[in-house]
Amino acid sequence: MDYSLVVAIELVREVAGLILIATGLAVIFGMMRVINIAHGEFMMLGGYTVVLTTKMGVNIWVAILILAPLAVGIFGVIVERCIIRHLYGRIIDSLLATWGLSLFLIGFVTVVFGNTVEGVSNPFGGFAVGQYKVAGYTFFLIFAAVAFIASVYLTLKYTKAGLIARATMQNSDMVEALGVNSKHVYMATFGIGAAFAGLAGGLLAPISGVVPGMGALLIGKAFITVVTGGAAVVAGTLSASTILGSISQAVTFATNPVYGDAALLFVALILLRLLPQGITGRIFTRSI
Amino acid sequence: MTRDISRRSMLKGAAAVGAAGALPMLPFAAEAADEILVGGLHDLSGFLDFAGIPMNRIMLMAIEEINAKGGLLGKKVRGVVYDPQSNMSMYSQFATQLALKDKATVVMGGITSASRETIRPIFHRFKTLYFYNTLYEGGVCDRNEISLGTTPAQTVEKLVPYTMGLWGKKVYTIAADYNYGQITAAWVKRYVEQNGGEVVSTDFFPLDVTNFGPTISKIQSAKPDMVMSVLVGSGHLGFYNQWAAAGMKNEIPIASTTFGAGGAEIEIIKPEVANGIISCYGYYPTVDTPENKAWVQQVKKRYPEKTPLLTELSAFTWEGMMIWADAVRSAGSMDRMKLLEVMESGKTYTMPSGKVSIDPKTHHAIRDVYIADLKDKQFVIKKKFSQVQPADTQLVCDLEKTPNANKHYEISLE
Amino acid sequence: MLSNISKDWLGVGFVTAIGLAVLIFVPMLFDLFEVLQMTKYVVLSLFALSLAYIWGFGGILSFGQAGFFGLGGYTFAVSAINMGQTTIPFLMAIAMCALFAAALGYFMFYGRLNDVYLGVVTLVVTLILWKLINHTAGPEFIIGKARLGGFNGVPSIPIMTLPWQPDMEMEPSQMFQYFMAILIIVYLLLHFLIKSKFGRVAISIRENEIRTSLLGYDVRLYKLWIFTIGGAIGGAAGAMWATYQTFIDPNAFSLEVSAKCLIWVMAGGVGTLFGPIVGVIALEYLSLKLGETSFLNNLIILGTILMFLVLLLPKGLFPTFRDLVIKLWQRARGGTSGERPS
Repeated sequence: MDYSLVVAIELVREVAGLILIATGLAVIFGMMRVINIAHGEFMMLGGYTVVLTTKMGVNIWVAILILAPLAVGIFGVIVERCIIRHLYGRIIDSLLATWGLSLFLIGFVTVVFGNTVEGVSNPFGGFAVGQYKVAGYTFFLIFAAVAFIASVYLTLKYTKAGLIARATMQNSDMVEALGVNSKHVYMATFGIGAAFAGLAGGLLAPISGVVPGMGALLIGKAFITVVTGGAAVVAGTLSASTILGSISQAVTFATNPVYGDAALLFVALILLRLLPQGITGRIFTRSI
Repeated sequence: MTRDISRRSMLKGAAAVGAAGALPMLPFAAEAADEILVGGLHDLSGFLDFAGIPMNRIMLMAIEEINAKGGLLGKKVRGVVYDPQSNMSMYSQFATQLALKDKATVVMGGITSASRETIRPIFHRFKTLYFYNTLYEGGVCDRNEISLGTTPAQTVEKLVPYTMGLWGKKVYTIAADYNYGQITAAWVKRYVEQNGGEVVSTDFFPLDVTNFGPTISKIQSAKPDMVMSVLVGSGHLGFYNQWAAAGMKNEIPIASTTFGAGGAEIEIIKPEVANGIISCYGYYPTVDTPENKAWVQQVKKRYPEKTPLLTELSAFTWEGMMIWADAVRSAGSMDRMKLLEVMESGKTYTMPSGKVSIDPKTHHAIRDVYIADLKDKQFVIKKKFSQVQPADTQLVCDLEKTPNANKHYEISLE
Repeated sequence: MLSNISKDWLGVGFVTAIGLAVLIFVPMLFDLFEVLQMTKYVVLSLFALSLAYIWGFGGILSFGQAGFFGLGGYTFAVSAINMGQTTIPFLMAIAMCALFAAALGYFMFYGRLNDVYLGVVTLVVTLILWKLINHTAGPEFIIGKARLGGFNGVPSIPIMTLPWQPDMEMEPSQMFQYFMAILIIVYLLLHFLIKSKFGRVAISIRENEIRTSLLGYDVRLYKLWIFTIGGAIGGAAGAMWATYQTFIDPNAFSLEVSAKCLIWVMAGGVGTLFGPIVGVIALEYLSLKLGETSFLNNLIILGTILMFLVLLLPKGLFPTFRDLVIKLWQRARGGTSGERPS
């Protein structure tokens, strides 16, 4: 009984993990049709921001929740201005350019900070579930994932900025004609996507090590989740994370992580075969 | 068997035949006659650079030291360093280059077993002396290679009974899913059973796994007395953080055959997570001998900023250079066979890590090993074992009988 | 029209002549090490051609070309170790990859997957193969005499023999010439294919899929053929890679190999066959030279080059250079520049 509860918690945690790493990418992909391969490195930068600022004595919550998204968000805006804006409508080129950026960032961080930076401690203790112990941080991550999804949903649905963003997504020429500068919309969107990545990196820093190559371990899953989800940011991320995360984690429990990962990929493959535009290309098409 | 190997030998093997037979008149790049070249092949970028960069810097330091003492045979020693970028094709490429183009007299390098098995046959065919200075699973049988790293029979054999005595007989093994992890996990199982214990489960993880939540739950439900970690690489570091985050740190203790081996782990993982992990290696910076204290000071003096992490890997790279230099001086020659004969003579070297000699049968090091408890980034040495033999490789390899052997045996545990 | 066609064939003849000259003279003029080096470029060039063809002349962007490279390599390794000869294993590697490409292509094209989604499916399939092959370190993964070896890969793969001399391992210079001949033949065959009716339909699919299909062509079938041909070439390159290195490891399936292949084609110029070969040589040479120096981190340099290429030379090295030469030549002839759109 306790064990099945633990398994259930871990399933939800995996789903939450996918939501965390995929949201930033989904915002950028859904709004701008740009696949940001450097997304993993944006998360890495978030992790480094947390590590470096806490070392300077900043409170860990301030570092994770404010500084990491802020720093990476600003960096995202700079990247958009220098690179991405030249590549709108060229999905493959933008993919290759951001891949170059990702290599550059890994190399740059290695040179500047070295490969060994001391990690941050985890602010929560363990949490007893019957005779088992689960990390308190697990619950915090689940809560953060819910907050991610809720904030994107509420922003898109109920704010003026969200309205403009949704309209730009559907027809940028029309929005432009109505007097909105779509360049600014794209810039802001990319910055927000990057900020989500930074926040995710900051959130993951206490439980994974912070090393220059950490992004490469996360980007694959994030990418597949986003594409499987399709264009709608909220419904797509939520549905894809739920399906992929719970199946892969269940398989991991039953066998081992290799088959868990393989199951995730296999399910994504089947879903894409059945729904070639991603889940929200066919189902929940009216959702955001 | 050797016949079979040579038939299937490396392409570069055929190249050697070509070089000797078909193309005898081609001029190779002339080497500067007043220099002795030492090749260095360590991963300076890619996922293993945290281990490769210190090894490389220590190698360069050793070269400077040799030159400061007047070089060898009246010549200066020069390091030729390539970065194989943690990529096996690059390893093969640069190994060929070092042997054929640069004509290095000796090469230090290779970190993973995969990289060693890529370059070892190349150096064997091209008769370029090769030092492999990394701990590994044991079993290389090749007269051309000197293996200075520890093998499971030297470390796991000591670590298992020691920790079982401390903590109890039920062991849960978690290991990296590749050659080293698989073989080491098999050794763990054997030694646990020999000591009257039981391995309740062995889980393997690909090197890119970062989330250990399910495993931590599985371990809790198995209720072992201890966890034996054979995890490798930066992805796996997450395990220790997640373990501590679940509050398991003071519930079930961890012993490891890898934690701290490359050095980076003890820097990346906070002391409150890493404290209490027990390991067993052939070198710790805290080894209490005058030689080691002097050596640690020497490294700090040479690299006052960003001091390389001192581990078995970097310390043995320095030892490799010194053993080689000593052989050159004793032989009075650069001839590979003469150098090998000196090293095979059973000489004992006093090194930072203790007393070291080369086992003539396996070309592995007979050396002192230590068990240490990690406390606030310092390894507190608990126990020392003197002159431990590479008993695993000795099971399968006798170079005195088969000097032409050229193989990596997977030591059967049946 | 006529002059355009003849210009095309002039280019092909020129490239072929260069290729033949390289084939004949390189082993005479260069030393062993450099011949080995160039053999590597030849193998990777063939691999780049597999993607250059399906992407440039069929509009199929595969992020998983490494899947064929690895599958070809492993098929060759396992069958050559078991059979003790190399000609049939080489053909088996090609056949295996063609079959695999056909099956995957059927799954994708008859499911009407497009652009990014198609890219992702190829990527995912390759990732699955990579995960699974990495998981074969245990002693239970053995096919006949060949251990798959997981992360460490398969060592001691036999060196290829000439089909008519099955007892003699090729010497490095022979291997170079044999592989170079294969490269030239594949290059010519692809060129004939592109200029044939089949090739023109393929290009029209690339340009406008719906219009082509309304004209009565079965777009799915054409794409399936193109993808299968590309897979077979990729598999051949993989087998050659395995015998060249005498080992193969899961890295052959990696995202990095897929991505490198994309970059070579991108850098050299999509829509040409010669450009990607230039891309292979330029970028591999650069990455080799970077490995020899240690003053700057390689990733910084590679990443910078990639961004630079995309932003400043989106057409690729070869077409940019070619257009520049044409422009200069026309200017030199006086006043005719601008007549021909570049």
